Amino acid sequence: MKFLLTTGAIVRKDILLEFRTKELLVSMLLFALLILVILNFALGTGSAPAEGALPGVLWVTFTFAGVLGLNRSFLTEHESGGLHGMVLAPVDCEAIYLGKMLANFIFMGVAEAIVLPIFAVLFNFPILGRLPALLMVLALGNLGFTAVGTLLSAMAASSRMREVLLPIILFPTAIPVIVGAVNVTGRVLAGEPLAHSVPWLKLLGAYDTIFLVVAILVFGYVIEE
Amino acid sequence: MISRALEGWSRGLAAAAAVLMVLAVLAVALYAPIEREQGLPQKIFYLHVPSAWVMFLAFFFVFIGSVRYLWKKDPAWDTFAYCCAELGVLFCTLVLATGPVWGKATWGAWWTWDPRLTLTLILWLIYSGYLILRASAASEEQAARFGAVLGIVGFADVPLIHFSVLWWRGMHPAPVIGLGGVQGGGLHPAMLYTLLLSLVAFTALFLSLLGLRIPLRRAEMEMRDVRRLSTFTQT
Repeated sequence: MKFLLTTGAIVRKDILLEFRTKELLVSMLLFALLILVILNFALGTGSAPAEGALPGVLWVTFTFAGVLGLNRSFLTEHESGGLHGMVLAPVDCEAIYLGKMLANFIFMGVAEAIVLPIFAVLFNFPILGRLPALLMVLALGNLGFTAVGTLLSAMAASSRMREVLLPIILFPTAIPVIVGAVNVTGRVLAGEPLAHSVPWLKLLGAYDTIFLVVAILVFGYVIEE
Repeated sequence: MISRALEGWSRGLAAAAAVLMVLAVLAVALYAPIEREQGLPQKIFYLHVPSAWVMFLAFFFVFIGSVRYLWKKDPAWDTFAYCCAELGVLFCTLVLATGPVWGKATWGAWWTWDPRLTLTLILWLIYSGYLILRASAASEEQAARFGAVLGIVGFADVPLIHFSVLWWRGMHPAPVIGLGGVQGGGLHPAMLYTLLLSLVAFTALFLSLLGLRIPLRRAEMEMRDVRRLSTFTQT
C-alpha cells in the first residue's frame, strides 16, 4: 500500500510539474511536428509518402520525441537535486522507478494522442476505424520503450555526456520494440485484424515483461551514490 | 575466479593460441577443399564464423561479469566484464569486416539486411554504447555500476533482437541449424575439421588476449589512483 502511494506521489509530482511549466510536452509536440515535416520531404517528391512508409514515419516521430521526454525526466531531477531527495527518503527505489516510468509513459501517451490526429490530417490517412487496435500497439510499444528508457535515462543524466548519451544507448536496445511496433502498426493501418499479428504482440509483451523486471531489479544500483 | 586463472595461464594460452593459429591458417590454405560454387572467397568463412563465436562468448562473459559485480561489488568482476566488452567489440568488428568481403564475392553486394548481419550490427552498436557510457561516467565506481546495468540489459536483449530481425521480412522462424554462412548443414568433413580447428584457435586467442588485458587494465586503474593521489598531495 505504501509502495503504491509512493509511486502515485512521484507520478503526481511529475504531472504537476509539467502542468506548471508545460516545457516538456510543448517541446515534444513541436519536435514531433518537425519530424513529420522533415520526413514528408525526406520520403520523396510524390504528393504524399508511400503508404508502406507511414508506420515508420509514425514510430520515428514517437521514438525521437520520446527520447526528448525521457531525457528531461532525470535531467530536471539532477538539476534540482530531486533525485537526492528521493534516494534519501525512506521509500523503496522500485517505487521511484515505477513512478518515473509511469510518468514518462503518460507523457509519451499524451504526446502521441495529440500527434496521431495531426498525422492523420497531414498524411490524409483515416485512422478512426483502426483506433482500438492502434491504441493497443501504442500501449505495448510505449511500455517497452519507457521501461528501458527510464532506466537508461537515469544513467545518462548522471554521466558526463548527459542527454547526448541516451539515444546512443537506448535506440539499439529498443530495436525489438521499434521493429515489432512498426510491423504491427503497418498491419493495423493496412486494415488487417490484430489476430494476424499475434506473434509480434507476444514479442512486444515479452520485451515489456523482461525489461520491466530487469529494470526494477537493477534500478537500485543506478541511483545509489 | 576466472580472471586470476586466465592471468596465470596467459603465457601458456598465448603459446597455444600462436601454435593453433598457425595450424588453422595452414589447414584453411592447404587442407580445406575449395568450395564448388563459391570458390576461394568461401575460405573467409573460417575467419568469420570463429570471430562471431568469440563475439558471443565475450558478450556472454560481459553479462556474467556484470551480474557478479552487482551482486558481490568486487571490482575484479567489473574489470573482467569491461575487458570482455572491449574484446567483444573487437571481434564483432572482425565479423562485420569479413562478412561484406564474402558477401560482395558471393551475393554481389557488400551488405544485405540479412537477420544475422543485422543482429551483429545491432550488437556492435549496443556494446560500443557500453564503452562510451563507461568512458563518460563521472567516476570509476559509477562506470562499473552503469556498465554492469547495460551489460545485463544488452545481453537480455539478444534473443529479442534475434527474433525481431528474423521475422522482420516475413521470414518465419525457419531453423537455420547449418553452420554460419553456408547453406544447409552439409559441410564436407575436411571443412568441418578446419572450422573446428579455427574455432579452438580463436577461442584460445580470445582467452589469451583476455589474460593479457585484465592485468593491464588493473595497472591502468592503479596508475590513475596514484596520479590522482599525487596531484591531491601536491595542492
